[in-house]
Amino acid sequence: MRKYSVFALAREAMRHHSGWEKHWTSPEPKSEYDVIIIGGGGHGMGAAYYLAKEHGITNIAVIEKGWIGGGNTGRNTTIVRSNYLYDESMDIYEHSLKLWEGLALDLNYNVMYSPRGVMMLSHNEHDRQTFKRHVHANRLYGIDNEWLTPEAAKEYCPPLDIAATARYPINGAALQRRAGTARHDAVVWGYGRAASDRGIHIIQNCEVKGIRRGPDGAVSGVETSKGFIGAKKIGVSASGHNSVVMAMADVSLPLESQPLQALVSEPLKPIFPCVVMSNTVHAYISQSDKGELVIGAGTDQYNSYSQTGGLQIVTHTLDAICELFPIFRRVKMMRQWGGITDNTPDRSPIQSITPVPGLFVNCGWGTGGFKATPGSAHLFAHLIAKGEPHKLAAGLTLDRYRTGRLIDEAAAAAVAH
Amino acid sequence: MLLIHCPYCGEARSELEFAGAGEAHIARPENITEVSDEDFAQYFFMRTNPKGIHYERWRHIHGCGRFFNAVRDTVSDRFLKTYKTGEPKPDRAEFEGEGR
Repeated sequence: MRKYSVFALAREAMRHHSGWEKHWTSPEPKSEYDVIIIGGGGHGMGAAYYLAKEHGITNIAVIEKGWIGGGNTGRNTTIVRSNYLYDESMDIYEHSLKLWEGLALDLNYNVMYSPRGVMMLSHNEHDRQTFKRHVHANRLYGIDNEWLTPEAAKEYCPPLDIAATARYPINGAALQRRAGTARHDAVVWGYGRAASDRGIHIIQNCEVKGIRRGPDGAVSGVETSKGFIGAKKIGVSASGHNSVVMAMADVSLPLESQPLQALVSEPLKPIFPCVVMSNTVHAYISQSDKGELVIGAGTDQYNSYSQTGGLQIVTHTLDAICELFPIFRRVKMMRQWGGITDNTPDRSPIQSITPVPGLFVNCGWGTGGFKATPGSAHLFAHLIAKGEPHKLAAGLTLDRYRTGRLIDEAAAAAVAH
Repeated sequence: MLLIHCPYCGEARSELEFAGAGEAHIARPENITEVSDEDFAQYFFMRTNPKGIHYERWRHIHGCGRFFNAVRDTVSDRFLKTYKTGEPKPDRAEFEGEGR
């Protein structure tokens, strides 16, 4: 694989860009691999990459039902942050944020990580107390997070309306400066390119239809639309479809799949310098490098695999955006879509061994999986290689639903869904 | 937005009047103090979360206020049937091949 660099750019500019290589090869599946990853999103593809890079396992297939980057990796609002409340959450999201910071260099691929700051708006006394608690918890844990007055918030994000007469008045904000955005597809493309370069097989348009198990109960491979593929270890990282895949091995999970919607506006000149989230009125917004305002809406209240959602959810969010940023009232929205998120009862993810030997699961990232992509992938690779969780992910096992040691970020998370 | 037929009110109303209440036909163990932690976790946390026919509870929270059950396809989001609490769980064969 040729390295991307300014010299490569100059070379290709001189010869009409005829020398760029394909990101990854598309081999026919072999009959047997050491590890199969089900789900070629950022988490699964990244896990394959880290298995090769850090654990020396390269005989891996990543099996993807659709195309790479077509699932939730391509459907999120690209926000990266680590200002969570609980230790277990801060561990994984901060681990991830640190990996984001060096990811472009590691992969030799521009993931466009932009630490432009994520600002969370406080609208009332309850918000103020909650966010200050977050700020203190984060700082005690060595994670940057600071409290801003309304005036400082306005200075950081000029389009914000902080008038006392506003429909949703603002009494302060919590700002994580290292947080920001990254280019969503680029992450999985970068992992895919680097994984393929290390000999990992990326098999697209291949649906897993069954998980085959040996007489001892351990996994022996998967039945797919391209035939049987053997493996002694299988890592499942299928986001909204985790329940469906794991049911093939008779493993039940505490998941409910729900649509989460997002939308983008027509492209505008650069006007919005950071990410702003409001938990109380449920809105979050940033501006992409193409100029579109990227807006995240909420989840629907029912289980669904439809990759769409109710218009009232989007309308509700736009109502809030128009109140917080009156200058956007006449901006036209261009596209709207939904992704299927797998939500756990405590709104914290699961990375775990399962009752089936050789079967590992990475699930429950729910509405906040994108920011975790490198960290989750890195820790999941460790779990698959070693058979036991990394110490940063030790609290995320399935066993917590038996012991009751839940990580209840639902009430404490920075944005509720 | 979904249109939901409340079996108590007898008419289809907008989703805004309703609150989804999760999977239906999950019976709380009668000997709840005696069940093992595994069985409790199974009852309390684990969900079938199927792609296709889903039995679920809804509450007509801004209407009659009552809970009822529904059969819905989670791919098309279409309601196949709603029925009163306590009525038997409809056989899924009833809904197969119906152009869901």
